Amino acid sequence: MESEHPKTDALDNLQTVPLMDADDIRRALTRVAHEIVERNRGVENLVLIGILTRGAPLAQRLARLLYQIEGTSVPVGRLDIGLYRDDYGTNPKGLPAVAPSDIPVDLNEKRVVLVDDVLFTGRTVRAALSALLDLGRPASIQLAVLLDRGHRELPIRPDFVGKNVPTARHEHIAVHLSETDGEDRVLLQRRGA
Amino acid sequence: MRHLLTLRETSKQDILHILQTAASFKEILQRPVKKVPTLRGRAMVTLFYENSTRTRTSFEMAAKIMSAEAINIAVAQSSVAKGESLKDTLLTLQSLKADCIVMRHYAAGAPEFAAKLLHTPVVNAGDGRHEHPTQALLDLFTIQHYKGTIENLTVAIVGDIAHSRVARSNIWGLTKLGAKVRLVGPRTLMPKDADQLPVSVYYDLKAGLEGADVVNVLRIQTERQDRGLLPGLREYSRLYGISASTLRYAKPDVLVLHPGPMNRGVEISAEVADGKCGMQCAVTEQVTNGIAVRMAVLYLLMGVPQPEES
Repeated sequence: MESEHPKTDALDNLQTVPLMDADDIRRALTRVAHEIVERNRGVENLVLIGILTRGAPLAQRLARLLYQIEGTSVPVGRLDIGLYRDDYGTNPKGLPAVAPSDIPVDLNEKRVVLVDDVLFTGRTVRAALSALLDLGRPASIQLAVLLDRGHRELPIRPDFVGKNVPTARHEHIAVHLSETDGEDRVLLQRRGA
Repeated sequence: MRHLLTLRETSKQDILHILQTAASFKEILQRPVKKVPTLRGRAMVTLFYENSTRTRTSFEMAAKIMSAEAINIAVAQSSVAKGESLKDTLLTLQSLKADCIVMRHYAAGAPEFAAKLLHTPVVNAGDGRHEHPTQALLDLFTIQHYKGTIENLTVAIVGDIAHSRVARSNIWGLTKLGAKVRLVGPRTLMPKDADQLPVSVYYDLKAGLEGADVVNVLRIQTERQDRGLLPGLREYSRLYGISASTLRYAKPDVLVLHPGPMNRGVEISAEVADGKCGMQCAVTEQVTNGIAVRMAVLYLLMGVPQPEES
């Protein structure tokens, strides 16, 4: 939906294109929740694990939606992947901050649904898989993302996608959620013409 | 932050950053598999010229949980016994590709000497009577955990302050984070420069403990007292021993810390040490927190691989 013109920041020539508003996000998450229930034929043994930072509130929202659909509470955890990265020496932002993970249940034999906001190169999900497999042996791990922007560098694929957005490598996707940023919006940022 | 040598020279911001990082690492210690791959391929070498089991093992545990190599130099069995200098020992460790050197030495300033000599990051695990920064950091972390904040707390450090590097590091750490620090002990064990430190000094235990939120009990260090600074351990215990009755002068929810090892019945009574009189004694938790704090320090110093400097 492009009801607004892309805004250009004159100083940087940075264009901002709105991709999703609050309603779009809500509808996408609702559909993803239904898909999770359909694919898993219910919510038995499911655990939702949100990848910090923004995967965590998304996982909470999905858990609430699953409860509305199936009437059952699904456990929700959050996972910090700061200690499992592959770019400690090369990340220009320096050493990543680490936050405590919080996994409330034993993961053995459970069907884990990993939740993140944007799927890009796949390296964050790779790190999350390493972290999860150090915590137990789930029966299966599925991946739910709000956006898939392409440009995979590893053989990682999502099971549930809110929205597919083809992007150029240098473009940037900004996800704002009310829990972390005060509003629900997804923006694409690129250097304008 | 390149080295961790003293808390006197470490900024409040860096101290808070270490404590915040340690909180995340503490979660890993609760897992069934206590291992993360973060420092894979890095080597931490401990070089202890003074005895220690607690600190050295804590660093070793911290390194191994982070998947780093941990190599301990037993100084007595090393070439130091043949007369090798500290300088050559340090240069040798750097050439052996150590990524971090954790050193304890009887001479104050030895870690600073190492930091100036090497490009390898250096952690001070205790230098003479000067500082023991990771001990103070774990004390701060423990206090934060129990009390929520350090600011405006009244913390009494009791015992052989003059000979205590733990006391000194605690003084700097606590005052930087806004606590009010009291030193409590006999005149003979109080440092001569106490009036230049940002602390209040008490020679009477009751007055020193009045309204205290935290009491940090220091070990009576018999190995440092060869000069008759105490008439006897029983007298010390009677006047300055921390027991259920003396703790009544402090706040009812007072937190008791001890760096260990404890002389039960001397500076601390067995009932307080075991938490058996309704007092919060955090000694065992301090040890666990020590691992989390040292993991944080190793992460911050070794996390980003340093380029070779020629």
